[in-house]
Amino acid sequence: MQAVKPSVPPLQEVKTTTCYMCACRCGIRVHLRDGVVRYIDGNPDHPLNKGVICAKGSSGIMKQYSPARLLKPLKRKAGADRGAGDFEEIEWEEAFATLAERLGKIRATDPKKFALFTGRDQMQALTGMFARQFGTPNYAAHGGFCSVNMAAGMIYTIGGSFWEFGGPDLDRAKLFVMIGTAEDHHSNPLKIALSKFKRDGGRFISINPVRTGYSAIADEWVPIRPGTDGALLLAIIHEIIATGLYDREFLVQYSNAGQLVNMAESNDEFGFFVRTEVPTEEACYEPQDKLWWDRNTDRAVVTHQKGADPYLLGEFTLSDGTPVKPAFQLLQERVSDYTPEWASQITGISAATIRQLAHEMGVTARDQKIELPIAWTDSWDNEHDTVTGNPVAFHAMRGLAAHSNGFQTIRALAILMSLLGTIDRPGGFRHKAPFPRPIPPCARTPNDPRAVQPNRPLDGMALGWPSDPDDLFVNDDGSPVRIDKAFSWEYPLSVHGLMHNAITNAWRGDPYKIDTLLIFMANMSWNSTMNTAEVRQMLNDKETEGPNTGEFKIPFLVVCDAFHSEMTAFADLILPDTTYLERHDVMSMLDRPISEFDGPVDSVRIPVVPVSGDCKPFQEVLIELGTRLKLPAFVTKEGERKFRDYPDFVVNWETEPGSGIGFLAGWRGKGGEKFLRGEPNPNQWEMYEKNNCVFHYELPKSYQYMRNWNKGYLEWSQRNRITRYAEPILIHIYSEVLQRFRGAAQGKGLTRKPPEHLRKRIDTYFDPLPFYYEPLEGQVTDRHKYPLAAVTQRPMAMYHSWDSQNAWLRQIHTHNYLYVNTRTARQQGIEDGDWIWVESQWGKVRCMARHSEAVEPGTVWTWNAIGKAAGAWNLTPDANESQKGFLLNHLISEELPAGGSARVSNSDPITGQAAWYDVRVRIYKVGAGETAVTSPQFAVMKPYPGMKTRSSILAFLGMKQK
Amino acid sequence: MTQLALVIDLNVCVGCQACVTSCKEWNTSGSAGPMVDQNPYGADPTGTFFNRVQTFEVGEFPNTETVHFPKSCLHCEDPPCVPVCPTGASYKRKEDGIVLVNYDKCIGCKYCSWACPYGARELDEQQQVMKKCTLCVDRIYDTSMAEADRKPSCVLACPTSARLFGDVHDPESAVSLAIRESGGYPLMPEWGTHPANHYLPRRKTRIKIHEDELERADNPLKVDRQLPRPATNEPTLDDFTTW
Repeated sequence: MQAVKPSVPPLQEVKTTTCYMCACRCGIRVHLRDGVVRYIDGNPDHPLNKGVICAKGSSGIMKQYSPARLLKPLKRKAGADRGAGDFEEIEWEEAFATLAERLGKIRATDPKKFALFTGRDQMQALTGMFARQFGTPNYAAHGGFCSVNMAAGMIYTIGGSFWEFGGPDLDRAKLFVMIGTAEDHHSNPLKIALSKFKRDGGRFISINPVRTGYSAIADEWVPIRPGTDGALLLAIIHEIIATGLYDREFLVQYSNAGQLVNMAESNDEFGFFVRTEVPTEEACYEPQDKLWWDRNTDRAVVTHQKGADPYLLGEFTLSDGTPVKPAFQLLQERVSDYTPEWASQITGISAATIRQLAHEMGVTARDQKIELPIAWTDSWDNEHDTVTGNPVAFHAMRGLAAHSNGFQTIRALAILMSLLGTIDRPGGFRHKAPFPRPIPPCARTPNDPRAVQPNRPLDGMALGWPSDPDDLFVNDDGSPVRIDKAFSWEYPLSVHGLMHNAITNAWRGDPYKIDTLLIFMANMSWNSTMNTAEVRQMLNDKETEGPNTGEFKIPFLVVCDAFHSEMTAFADLILPDTTYLERHDVMSMLDRPISEFDGPVDSVRIPVVPVSGDCKPFQEVLIELGTRLKLPAFVTKEGERKFRDYPDFVVNWETEPGSGIGFLAGWRGKGGEKFLRGEPNPNQWEMYEKNNCVFHYELPKSYQYMRNWNKGYLEWSQRNRITRYAEPILIHIYSEVLQRFRGAAQGKGLTRKPPEHLRKRIDTYFDPLPFYYEPLEGQVTDRHKYPLAAVTQRPMAMYHSWDSQNAWLRQIHTHNYLYVNTRTARQQGIEDGDWIWVESQWGKVRCMARHSEAVEPGTVWTWNAIGKAAGAWNLTPDANESQKGFLLNHLISEELPAGGSARVSNSDPITGQAAWYDVRVRIYKVGAGETAVTSPQFAVMKPYPGMKTRSSILAFLGMKQK
Repeated sequence: MTQLALVIDLNVCVGCQACVTSCKEWNTSGSAGPMVDQNPYGADPTGTFFNRVQTFEVGEFPNTETVHFPKSCLHCEDPPCVPVCPTGASYKRKEDGIVLVNYDKCIGCKYCSWACPYGARELDEQQQVMKKCTLCVDRIYDTSMAEADRKPSCVLACPTSARLFGDVHDPESAVSLAIRESGGYPLMPEWGTHPANHYLPRRKTRIKIHEDELERADNPLKVDRQLPRPATNEPTLDDFTTW
């Protein structure tokens, strides 16, 4: 065989690190030639991606050498408008001195006037700690506008969720149902699994208004109207219960389905589980003090009593005369009217198809059971010889989450998965460490405004998981403590905050004004904001009255970003971040690690090339600021610097002195002999480096399943300080947490009560059982005038707004179209490629239409965040992204009218999840003679000092010239 | 005689474009490079790619199939691009069947791209030579690489392992097996080009639910006394008839 002699110099060096072209965090090998990145491929020895890499990952080179990179700290020129992009270069010392002085004053007076919001949520271990140490409650990552409903809806039901928290076990599943899934998240592992699943003969059903990406290879595509998934899921539950296709044994043992609920309406305990008199420790777990109605003895007994078997259906009377019903009976009553025929009218899916879906799920779960020869012991000391699996798996994401009815929809999904007996079992849903957590998880915010004190850390976490109204972070009058109004009566379970309302609230001074807003890696003046044009105005607005007349309404705006994003133009101070190839990072167990189903996994990034220009990793910025501000975690008792830099911090910082718990779980202990818990190891980074930058602890087989109730696993987890308690985590078919809020709204019990104007809202939406309601925006929209739902999807080859500066990826998605069902378009006289107006009640956008047969007729959609402001990301002002590309965001409002002049976030009333996908629109052709350019347009962004010039021809590392 | 080729499984391809950029990334600085991009940061950027994924729809709503179709040089057994080349730049290797272009001989006349019925060749506008997929000929024989890495870049990258690589003339190879057992087909066989690359079609898995599977002896509703049964106080013949 003749070998072609490589005509290029060989690769000289290979280094491993972790990708960051999206949030998937695959292991990569970076091949270097003369110190320049020549090739990036997937690391075959990495548990997450097993050697594969996606379109984004392979294009990392073009990110590293992009002319859109910011290479110098910059400050806005005196007198220049925000958004104009007039900056001057400064040195880091000036940036730090400015920040330290300003933030020092804020901290000494009113720490909540400093707000830190980050676009990324995989660095929360550090960013959250910094905010807490500073003493401000005003901190969150982007989860509130991403997919918090998915996290909250499932964690409040089964103690775990999808993506980083858990996922479908496609290795063993026989039926896989994907509903409303974004294609840019956890993409490589899912793609690997999906392909293997199909090749093994599994059946794949996709429920989605649009057939793209993963849905394209589904065995069946079930088009659904956006925002109606809850109706579909409830009708499937109806059918599963009516045909007896639920896993009774699973529900009895592992959920609260059999627990008796007090039905005495006049009683303060109405709607709560009846409890025995056993006094229990006040702690973050659910005591086993509820009752069943035992079939064998026909009386109430404590749950899980040996020999007892509860009725799941029926009504009973306790000896004191209290009427009670099992939770499952209430669920059956709840879904009794949610028939397939009812759901068909709402979802656009035929009743026959809904029944077929229910039957396929139920029969597959029942008749294709898996029995793995793995012995385990449950929390009640029952020994099992096998682990059982009902091989029906689900995956869902933003399509369900980004609606104002998303929380209850996702509760319905988690309940359906539980009825089928698929939680943490082979072939179903499986947790990833550190999940499952107690319901809700133990972290709490303070519940008192006095937790915010000058020169003191916040007395509690900035984000947490409320379990009752007394956990809310509100003032004595019930008003919010946080700038985004998270954990207030408006959005009580807003566990990821409401970043999407932070700017509007700060601008309006509702609930108060702030001084400094620090934004890390979030494009809040463009695609990360619901009302882009207004937010851009707000950021530039000045006070017109009072002592601060002429000052910006948000006085000081700091943006840390690696690229020339639309948001940077509004900054007073720009801090140039590094790329992922230039920095240390940790994917920490204290945050959202990359755990696998079989055990905890965490990983790191280690720099493979030197830092470009004057860039500095954001982590180093926080360590330096924390040190200068003398935040307790960053300085010694004497106030001296404690950590040299971020790598030093990662090695030596512990959650508390001597706790043995730090950012990284692998190779702890002095010699690296311990894991999860152990003294700091000075050589920890080197050990990660030698081991593909990843630490993977594989649990014994008997600890890999049924972890909500697996005594061995829970005790292991407790011993390793993953969790404080080893109590079983019963599935909440019936949510007492929600009932506690509803009870308060009904004036019952001793807890805090909501303010009068929110009483009805809480009473309505905090239903302990899932229910369907039309999304809130639909309720205030003239459906006749705006007949179409408009949604976005994420292309697999682009991550949010991040990649338009990428010379290769932008050739795949240079501009976007509005995809319209062919018949819907023709009804409006719109032909393929026509320029059209898309109009909602909030705004309008001019763009090009594309006919499609792969979209449900009542839905229009486009790729998210392809459209760019002219000149942004150092593209030329005439680039397709700004001239033909567009954002749907201009059609979406971040607030909805709430009666009179009151406004409320356009979000889920339970979690504050941004309701991106609720918007209703109409479409029509543009007038004759209108320009063929997308609208709206904004002033052209210019390059900043210190940036490289863009080339007009790129022949990257081309070696062979003719 | 060996004929190396790709077999692309449309049953699992999700159109993620991983093959497109991993190809570009390897080859632009490899022996077949550079793969030049014009206007990389401006209007209508356009660059050389050896491999592109086309996405199209088949059928009418709701019976729509969305097809992702990766396309690159098919390394035909009878390549029409070779005989038309006036300089002999375009050639097919005897030892492994890979069709290559010798840039030193290529004069950029485009005859080959007109002859190719698949549109698989792209002229490098800057270098004015014809470029195309080489099956990563500078990887697959490179003994300085680990054996597992000696595959085309696109094959290694593909997250759904939709791209199989091997010798289609070896009846025992994985690619031959896939073609034989999964209905592999060549593109446009009527052109007589005998493409070495093959595609595997979509396959559907269905579940048949029999009616009696819904009528259960072990229905859990029975345990809870809830199997549909009329209440005893509802009207019956007993209320009217004495016999």
